[in-house]
Amino acid sequence: MSTLTALAQLEALATGRAQPVATVRHCHLSEKPLVMIPLKLAGEAAAPLATMLGTDRDAPELLVVPQPRNRDLRFAYAAELAKAVLAHVEAERGATETLEPSKDGEERFRYERAPQIVVPNRGGVGFLRLLGRSTRFRSTEGPWAVDPAVPMLGRWLTWYADRNDRPGSSLLLTLTETLRLHWATGQSSLEDGNLGALMGWIDPPDGMDGPSAAARAEDPVACPPAGPTTDPTFDNEVLAPAIAAYDESGGAPRAEERVRAAVASQLRPTWDLAWRALDLLRALPEGASVPRRWERDRDSFTYFHREFAENPPQAKLDDAVRAARRLHDLERSQESYEAQRAFDDPLVMAEQRLAGQAFGGVVTAADPTRLDESGKRPKLRPHLWIRTEDPVRLDEGATVVNAARPGLKGRIVEIDGGDVLLELTGGMGRKLTPEAGVVPEPGLEVVFTSRTSDSWGAAKFPERDDTPWTHGGPPAEYEPADEDATEVWS
Amino acid sequence: MTAISESGAAVGNPGAEADRVVEAVLADLARDHRGVVVDSPPGAGKSTLVVRAAAHLAAAGERLMIVAQTNEQVDDLIDRIAGDHPDLAIGRLSAAGYAASERVTAHASVRVAQKADDIADRTVVIATAAKWATLTDGSWPWAIVDEAYQMRSDMLLRIAGRFERALFVGDPGQLDPFSTVEVERWAGLSWDPMRSAVSVLLAHNPELPVHRLPVSWRLPASAAPVVSRAFYPFTGFRSGTGPQDRRLELSTGGMGTSYDRAVEEAAATGWGLYELPARHTLRTDAEAVQATAALAVRMLQRGPVAHSERGENPVGADRIAVGAAHRDQVAAIRAALGPHAAEITVDTANRLQGREYDVTVVLHPLSGRRDATAFHLESGRLCVLASRHRHACLVVARAGIPELLDAHPSAEPVRLGVPVKFPDGWEANQAVLAHLADHRVRADT
Repeated sequence: MSTLTALAQLEALATGRAQPVATVRHCHLSEKPLVMIPLKLAGEAAAPLATMLGTDRDAPELLVVPQPRNRDLRFAYAAELAKAVLAHVEAERGATETLEPSKDGEERFRYERAPQIVVPNRGGVGFLRLLGRSTRFRSTEGPWAVDPAVPMLGRWLTWYADRNDRPGSSLLLTLTETLRLHWATGQSSLEDGNLGALMGWIDPPDGMDGPSAAARAEDPVACPPAGPTTDPTFDNEVLAPAIAAYDESGGAPRAEERVRAAVASQLRPTWDLAWRALDLLRALPEGASVPRRWERDRDSFTYFHREFAENPPQAKLDDAVRAARRLHDLERSQESYEAQRAFDDPLVMAEQRLAGQAFGGVVTAADPTRLDESGKRPKLRPHLWIRTEDPVRLDEGATVVNAARPGLKGRIVEIDGGDVLLELTGGMGRKLTPEAGVVPEPGLEVVFTSRTSDSWGAAKFPERDDTPWTHGGPPAEYEPADEDATEVWS
Repeated sequence: MTAISESGAAVGNPGAEADRVVEAVLADLARDHRGVVVDSPPGAGKSTLVVRAAAHLAAAGERLMIVAQTNEQVDDLIDRIAGDHPDLAIGRLSAAGYAASERVTAHASVRVAQKADDIADRTVVIATAAKWATLTDGSWPWAIVDEAYQMRSDMLLRIAGRFERALFVGDPGQLDPFSTVEVERWAGLSWDPMRSAVSVLLAHNPELPVHRLPVSWRLPASAAPVVSRAFYPFTGFRSGTGPQDRRLELSTGGMGTSYDRAVEEAAATGWGLYELPARHTLRTDAEAVQATAALAVRMLQRGPVAHSERGENPVGADRIAVGAAHRDQVAAIRAALGPHAAEITVDTANRLQGREYDVTVVLHPLSGRRDATAFHLESGRLCVLASRHRHACLVVARAGIPELLDAHPSAEPVRLGVPVKFPDGWEANQAVLAHLADHRVRADT
């Protein structure tokens, strides 16, 4: 935990209200996100009980499995859910932009929009991932055929869960994590995982403060859990009798209605809470780098959508090459996400400055036309002296970039107490004199940081068929089989 | 004939014992194995083995690539190989921004290049793993991978196409490779990219021979059994020197302060624990930082002289190092050292890996903490900090760490298919603290 976050938490505790730790919104919010609140049956790993979902806060759709242990009912539910998710995917695609062709002349496209899903917490993502895993290999023909939409749902949910792993992606948002990125509360991070308590600190109801609103959120009657697990008392007192009655009635509509009403009572408060949380986030101005990251999300969506028909379901496990590639992509995303957030937001940059990874101050002198003539050809290498009061913990020779203009790169030549001498190395144009206004003038406030968004380029990996002997050699191909469909869904 | 002592360690001639292992490694290179793994405890002659193996393979007429993890390590290896074998043609592959250090340019047999084609004729080509990973073609019959336990397996995946057979050398007790992202999806897979190169290699090729260097030439007789028991519980090693072979003498008298007593304890026994009163503190605990810096300076002021198999040598500031867990602690200690900061090495455990000093002063990673996270419990971190010295190690800590450990038993989730890691950081920390308790000097209050 950083010093600033700790300070904000102490202030939150002292004032009884959550304190902001960001000045802008660091995630994309679509105009019409699909809010999904899944519930699962207690005691089962991935037996769906119900999902409340929709893009209209006044008209949530409720899908329920009246007897979650019945396999046929589960698949009927999965088919219903699939229709809702696939409809969202098609509705939120927008027009197709044609981009400049790639280097090897391939045509490139990008959808103008992308379908965003919002779930209350991390548990929701885990549940969707499991639901995707249990449905994407189902066969639509043969002895255990399911509705064709079911395996499609599985593939989309798997894709969403994978995107959620990626730092900076906004396609599948979890509300608790997103809120925590922008506010600090006076409770522990474990308690922040409860959407009701977290919202209580950020936006307590009238007449209440953070601690009392959070305490109220701990009462499962007043504020049912945000899923996917349900309240045990509700399970025992309300749900179990309702499901038993459904079984006894042989599936009568009235008995089904009783189960629906029971789970609706658990879901509706979280549904309202989720939309209020979205309102709070929407009120924040969007960070400058958010559109660029959303572009990457749209690229991923466009690619997945266009190749959907051709590709098989995602593999059960990553093979060695895919795992290494994915880790590399994730680490690069992480690095640029953290750097971009600091560029966008002075409060995030302040954390880097406190940690000594960045420094800010006033330019005391500048030599904007200095040339380095030691090589074959002279190079433009302006010098910049900066007076800072930050605790700089960077080594001489470290590469830094200007926070206001990340293209402007430099190298630390010397740190002498609070005076830093920088040699600018790039981002000033191609000539031997810098472009106007690029090199900061004396008297100007500047911030330079060592956390850059592109310190390492894309890496090269062997092809899957060239997996080396150290990693077990090339893996076997996956062959779909009827038996896959008999896999237990629990 | 090798006698076995009570502790189970062999008490034959350590030099002969180590030679036998090295001979066995070199003999295995001639057999039909695709890979050979050599585990090396701290200061067991890993670099010497790499130099010998490189010369051995070159003498057999093989072209050879050497993979190290950092530019610093590459330059060290070049210096040693070129120094011992000036007739060997060496190529150093480097990135564009690299400026060759003096250790490299001093050798006429070394050529530096950015492209592999420019040094294709060289018998031995050395580069960092990151640089090797940029190559897409070319193949060497042999590779030596140095510090292989520090390399992540995804890096091995990227460079494994460049060689046919390889010798992997490294220290399994040091810090594991890490990632900036937390992902669980590969836990339990034998090719998990976050695991170390050696563990993935052995998971897929369990038949490869694994050798262990049995003797630490760096650690004194006072330290080898402690480090061995705490961090290498199943693959112990011994010190190459006996209890009488190393001695640290203080040439000036002290003033009887607790600093002096801690320095004297460390000089006399090889270990010292300078204990501050229990308290929960910020990471850059001002008192602990002050004490760490003051102990290093006091050690220097007492004019220590090291007596060892290398003869009698005064211990200068360049032979003293200060280690800590976090970079902000390092910065604070440097500031507290004042003018001495220019001479005394102060660094994090990560950066002290592979380095050797006469005396070390260590700020204990758990000092003043309220909790014991996986980062602070990682056995490799403490192992690095407690195994850099030839003569004495002084640990600075707040009281109450054993109690803190008791309050935080290991609670990491157990995953299917993930090999259990030994030693457990919790256990290793307790073992070291239990030993240090006998060398405790409480701070003056």
